[in-house]
Amino acid sequence: MNAPFKNSRRQFLFQSTGLVIGFTFGSELVADNTAPDLPIDLKNNLNINSWLYVDPAGKIDVFSGKVEFGQGIATAFRQIVADEMDVIIERVNILPCVTGIAPNEGVTSGSQSVEFGGLALRYACAQARGTLLEKASQSLKVPIGDLSIKDGVISAKSGETVDYWKLTSTELLQQKADGRYKPKPVTNHRYIGQSIQRIDIPAKVSGGVAYVQDMKFPGMLHARVVRPPAPRAQLISINESAIKSMPGVVAIVKSGSFLAVVAQREEQAVNALVEAKKQSKWEMANDLPSTYAQWHKTMIEASNLDTEHAVKKDPSKQGKKIIAGEFTKPFIAHASIGPSCAIAILKDGVTTIYNHAQGMYPLQRDIVKALQVPADKVVCVHREGSGMYGQSGADDVALDAALIARELPNQHIRVQWMRDDEFKWEPYNSAMTVKIRASLDEGGNIANWTQDIYSNTHSTRPGEKEGNNLISSWYMANPQKRSPVTNIPLPAGGSHRNGIPLYSFPNQQINNHLVQEMPVRVSAFRTLGAFANIFAIESMMDKLAKEANADPVEFRLRHLQNQRGKDVILKVAEMSNWKPNPKRVKKNGKLYGRGVAFSQYKNLQVYCAVVCDIEVDGNGKIRVTDVWAAAEAGLIINPDGFKNQIEGGLIQTISWTIYEEVKFNQAGIQTASWADYPILRFEDVPNIQVELINRPNEKSIGVGEGNAPIAGAIANALAMATNGRVYDLPLSPARVKKLFT
Amino acid sequence: MAIQIQVNGKTHSVDTPPQTPLLYALRNDCDVNSAKYGCGAGQCGACTVIVNGNQVRSCITPISAIKGNITTLEDYQNDPVLKALNKSFIAEQAAQCGFCIAGMMMSAKGLLDKNKNPSDAQIKIALNGNLCRCGTYSRILKAVKSAAKELA
Repeated sequence: MNAPFKNSRRQFLFQSTGLVIGFTFGSELVADNTAPDLPIDLKNNLNINSWLYVDPAGKIDVFSGKVEFGQGIATAFRQIVADEMDVIIERVNILPCVTGIAPNEGVTSGSQSVEFGGLALRYACAQARGTLLEKASQSLKVPIGDLSIKDGVISAKSGETVDYWKLTSTELLQQKADGRYKPKPVTNHRYIGQSIQRIDIPAKVSGGVAYVQDMKFPGMLHARVVRPPAPRAQLISINESAIKSMPGVVAIVKSGSFLAVVAQREEQAVNALVEAKKQSKWEMANDLPSTYAQWHKTMIEASNLDTEHAVKKDPSKQGKKIIAGEFTKPFIAHASIGPSCAIAILKDGVTTIYNHAQGMYPLQRDIVKALQVPADKVVCVHREGSGMYGQSGADDVALDAALIARELPNQHIRVQWMRDDEFKWEPYNSAMTVKIRASLDEGGNIANWTQDIYSNTHSTRPGEKEGNNLISSWYMANPQKRSPVTNIPLPAGGSHRNGIPLYSFPNQQINNHLVQEMPVRVSAFRTLGAFANIFAIESMMDKLAKEANADPVEFRLRHLQNQRGKDVILKVAEMSNWKPNPKRVKKNGKLYGRGVAFSQYKNLQVYCAVVCDIEVDGNGKIRVTDVWAAAEAGLIINPDGFKNQIEGGLIQTISWTIYEEVKFNQAGIQTASWADYPILRFEDVPNIQVELINRPNEKSIGVGEGNAPIAGAIANALAMATNGRVYDLPLSPARVKKLFT
Repeated sequence: MAIQIQVNGKTHSVDTPPQTPLLYALRNDCDVNSAKYGCGAGQCGACTVIVNGNQVRSCITPISAIKGNITTLEDYQNDPVLKALNKSFIAEQAAQCGFCIAGMMMSAKGLLDKNKNPSDAQIKIALNGNLCRCGTYSRILKAVKSAAKELA
């Protein structure tokens, strides 16, 4: 510990979490929503020193409430800080989010980290840099305007210099953000806009400690949670002595229907878990829907919260022929390769939890509620885990670890979910039904568009004011209730995300039906409702284009006013050498087709247009052979990182579209392994080309979720190849085969 | 009774029953981080290591079944093929979350040890048992090809 700490609690936090840096803090994080003209995350965390510390040792420590999960955010933040602070990037050190220390920026989600977190950092850095210039100006007795900075060295024209590392002090940045210094213009950027290599990759490709799963502590115990056989099953009894006598078993932790086994060694914990499943009796709820057909019907018939959106009426423009389509999408699993994991220790009354969830502060809030302790008795420390595409089991396992650690204080407890725990208990992407009715006028233009969206909510994340959204809180003794169901409001939207077409129609109405009944657990998954909505909208656009005898690209451009949208469509048409009205090809017993689709994620973020070529074999199996994508997100921070997100997102979404659905019946979730839940493998990877449009004068917008349109493009390619259309996801061989047999 | 295993040339003594999956011993007794628990059923490839030149799914292989040296990604400084893969995976930025990547690299090593100049199709077949959820496959393919080139 180099610097004096004014606040013993924060000093404790650092020591307890093993972070050793020189750093000082203001007494409390301060929020002021009335502060003028500042990015929202900065308004919520107004102290500059809650964002960064200029260390006399010649480095800049940065705290962010946003977390890295392989999307490259730490690297993007390093680029931003290096540029705004005028230092070489190697000096910038992005620290993991620790509650009580890092700014509270909620959840890392919705492709908002650069747009919000990055912008707040730019302003915080601008003020830090300006403050250092003020100091230098006093020290060198030279006006600020006559000073220049290179790698932290501030020079006067006379040649006199002073550097950040001498000027800095523990008090330097104890000041509130006031917006007196603005971030630099883009022309002065050195790192922003460059494909800087990610800082998280070297450890991942050399066997380093890269994940929470890799952390080890002396005397660490291994635990497994004995989940019920199905949702809402209650524990009747457990033969504890049969398990306690097993080698290495240290404890059985039981609270209501929350049951866990703890052992000295990991394999002993796994063996105890297997035995505990045999030795426990549960009362089953048997309350899941029996089939998808039943669930889609229930969603439409149930009593739902209905809202109308984006209503436009122009009686002078009426269509003649009505074209309708009803589209469905199943529950989809996040299916991260590594099941969720957390390590917790209760020491001196404080529970410290290392975990890979997307929001440390919201997680802390629900753990505090479950443990019924004061907020400062729980510290959540972020460490990377396997892929986070929304809310996996990551939050839940953190509470599991905390509940077990409570019973076994002063020892690190490592809880690792098993594969079937993750598949059966993670919250899925909600199943959806989207009905669209549209009509064409005499000129072949869309006159009317009515869309009805049926879905559960798409977010049941922790951190709500009331209730608790972590699984074990519902099963422990004195169980807690789920937080009230809400839908993320428009313009971002939850179930109705991208439910409003970006195209312009004279008559339009979007009806959102938020399904209250929620037998299958759901929460945020990459693109939320946008995946199903864009699949439905883009399928429908092609159906209408065909009816109007129009080329699908031309038909989209004709209905789109948004120039940035038009530009990505034109770009992808050029990249793919799109010829108007492509025709299907039949060759060697296979059918070939090509399709196009477009969206602007949330109607607010990345613009992405895609074209794909597919082949369909005699068994109805679709293989996407080639994908072209054109994407635009304002000022590009890291071109290669942007491309990596688009490529990865498209491949993942091809997998959702062709293969994926969670299986269930009344007795429980029936998806437990990769055999039950195939995903796209190497053999089916398409050739993929991504091109970016940079708009340096437009603000940077999120790039992580440009993936959704590929589903529509595949469905449209399939429609061309087969002269038929599949309305239900996934586009499985059984469904596809019906089109030509 | 303690079982002896050799990992990257170093002998470790592990006190565990013979049926214990190799993965747990590697991770908890032999300083290995690279082999990951993904499925415990040999279905995802995240736990892949090399024994006697063959790819082994350490999550379903009993520790007692291992005869010979176990190579893991940690040996990349000494193993020329792993070293080339380490370099190419960084150069191609062939990872998102990266949880599958060590397994991918070990499967790639298994291939490159036997075939110095694999085609795209051969790489896809060799790595088909390794799942990636982030969709990094096309970058992994490029990284394996570039490592092969480097080794040629």
